[in-house]
Amino acid sequence: MADQIYRVNMSTLTFTVEEVPTAWMGLGGRGLTSTIVAAEVDPECHPLGPNNKLVFAPGLLSGTAAANSGRNSCGAKSPLTGGIKESNVGGTSAGIMAKLGVKALIIEGQPAEGKFYHLHVSKEKVEIVEVPELIGKDNYEVLDFMLEKYSKKVAVMSIGRPGEMRMLLSNISVKDPKGKLRSHGRGGMGAVMGSKGIKCITVDAESYKETTLADPEKFKEASKVFTQALKDNPISGEGLPAFGTNVLVNIINEAGGLPTRNFREGQFEFAENICGETMAENIKARGGDTTHGCHAGCVIQCSQTYNDKEGNYLTSGFEYEMIWAYGANLGIKDLDVIAKIDALMDDLGVDAIETGNTLAMAVDAGILAYGDGAKAYELIANDIAKGTFLGRILGGGVGNFAKLYGMVRVPVVKNQSIPAYDPRAIKGQGVTYATSTMGADHTAGYAVATNILNSGGHIDPLTKEGQVALARNLQIATAAVDSTGMCIFVAFPALDDPKCLPALIDMINARFGVSLTGDDVVNLGKNILKLERAFNQRAGLTSADDRLPEFMKYEALPPHNALWDFTNEEIDAFWDF
Amino acid sequence: MTITVKLFAQYREGRFKEEQRTYPEGTCAKEVVAELGIYEGRFPLGVLMLNGRHQPEEVELQEGDILSLFPKVGGG
Repeated sequence: MADQIYRVNMSTLTFTVEEVPTAWMGLGGRGLTSTIVAAEVDPECHPLGPNNKLVFAPGLLSGTAAANSGRNSCGAKSPLTGGIKESNVGGTSAGIMAKLGVKALIIEGQPAEGKFYHLHVSKEKVEIVEVPELIGKDNYEVLDFMLEKYSKKVAVMSIGRPGEMRMLLSNISVKDPKGKLRSHGRGGMGAVMGSKGIKCITVDAESYKETTLADPEKFKEASKVFTQALKDNPISGEGLPAFGTNVLVNIINEAGGLPTRNFREGQFEFAENICGETMAENIKARGGDTTHGCHAGCVIQCSQTYNDKEGNYLTSGFEYEMIWAYGANLGIKDLDVIAKIDALMDDLGVDAIETGNTLAMAVDAGILAYGDGAKAYELIANDIAKGTFLGRILGGGVGNFAKLYGMVRVPVVKNQSIPAYDPRAIKGQGVTYATSTMGADHTAGYAVATNILNSGGHIDPLTKEGQVALARNLQIATAAVDSTGMCIFVAFPALDDPKCLPALIDMINARFGVSLTGDDVVNLGKNILKLERAFNQRAGLTSADDRLPEFMKYEALPPHNALWDFTNEEIDAFWDF
Repeated sequence: MTITVKLFAQYREGRFKEEQRTYPEGTCAKEVVAELGIYEGRFPLGVLMLNGRHQPEEVELQEGDILSLFPKVGGG
């Protein structure tokens, strides 16, 4: 049977299962969530009101045997940025939804205030059950409850207390193959789910069928080439499995672009304490696990399990952005302390980047000191989780916190806080932050690859030449890749191995019996970006929102004393395509 | 002249993290990379930075320079 659209109305507590409109058939992942949000959501609606919609869509290749195809996209109007949002995640939900034939799950309307529900999606059916007993529970308790109720394989997406309180730094957590959590991290998607009165969504993993392939032989052939390209690439095949994403701490630090003490410096004197090499040594000595995947079918295996000195489990999915936010930017020099905070935040369901950056702002406000991990933990566990007055203020994210405390140094773009690469010292990445339809988002067009890592050539990170074109090409390619269900790390072989992208396109063609070319895929990426930008413009965002924080123009970043020096015209030329 | 050499990721295995090393005037980065056996190793040179700036292997070293060598690494 063909894929279908599952639609749930939370005002009437009803569902429908619909045919996929022709215009949506060739879309998946981000391309589909953004198309649905743009088509069905009033850009002027309140993002936490009844007229916003929360959309989940697995990628075009999710559910197939294609390596690294298990990313699920979540879209809505973001309460953090006020614009369109797509946030994608690993875990098990994409594969299970795709195999069940769920092209997209659209959640609209709003139930009576204070009520929370559990949605269980199975073949052509959505059960909508009120769950007062789960109100006030965090992710792992909800997860255990669902694993008890259904099979161990069931897909689980949930929110913790911050999502219930509609905090802007709340995320949606998703069960991974090992029963731990991954996140639709950015843009306050947890708040949107909370506003829909949904505590948890499960997707049946028992009655699904395998996804159908138009040309199984051609698919198998292309899949083999693609997998080999991932394995042969030194980054996806060697570096990421050995050291995880946290291998970046040292190279970004050496380049002077590691935001330190709330974006005041570009190097952290304790980088060695928190770097990927140290993390790998600890894991080896303590009996953790250096390589596992965030979703089934991953051949990169960049994730890990991290134990304490006694060999007891501390956390998993311990990533660079988290370690930077609490390490360099908040000044904590003990990896184990950061790991404890990571586990807490997984359970609560809050975005590592937005929460860490907000705590760094709280240092400037005199609420805690740099490096005070115990206080940082307490602020999250006692204030954010419980929704105290201070917790609500922190829970509003960097931009709102700054307004309430009268602060001028505000590291956000479109009100979303800047990730682990200082744009003054890594200028290509700065262009992505400025122009992305998502707000400051490193994954939207990862210019760090070419500015710092020598992937796809090299462009000097400290000069302006070539950066706008680089960010444009990367954002176009990323919008397309985000529609396939592919992990963004396929970009490393795609940038350097000519066999990689054609094999990816061949897999899509063999899956659907179509004949897309490279140009079609580029056009898909361009169309997605333009569609998202048009939504943002109708929501009231203008080119004045495509700007980096003003302080970066006059506050030089050591050690290179770099400033953000693009003119508005140079940035606006990004959209000339 | 004294140069600080920093090694990262797989380059540390069987070598060192950071060392002060002495070289004659006029030594270029490539000679240091060669001396460390990196060209014969399993992991080709990914990134070379001199004092935090990317440089070609031919760059000539000066007293007090910090030379940082990385195999291909990435993340996000």
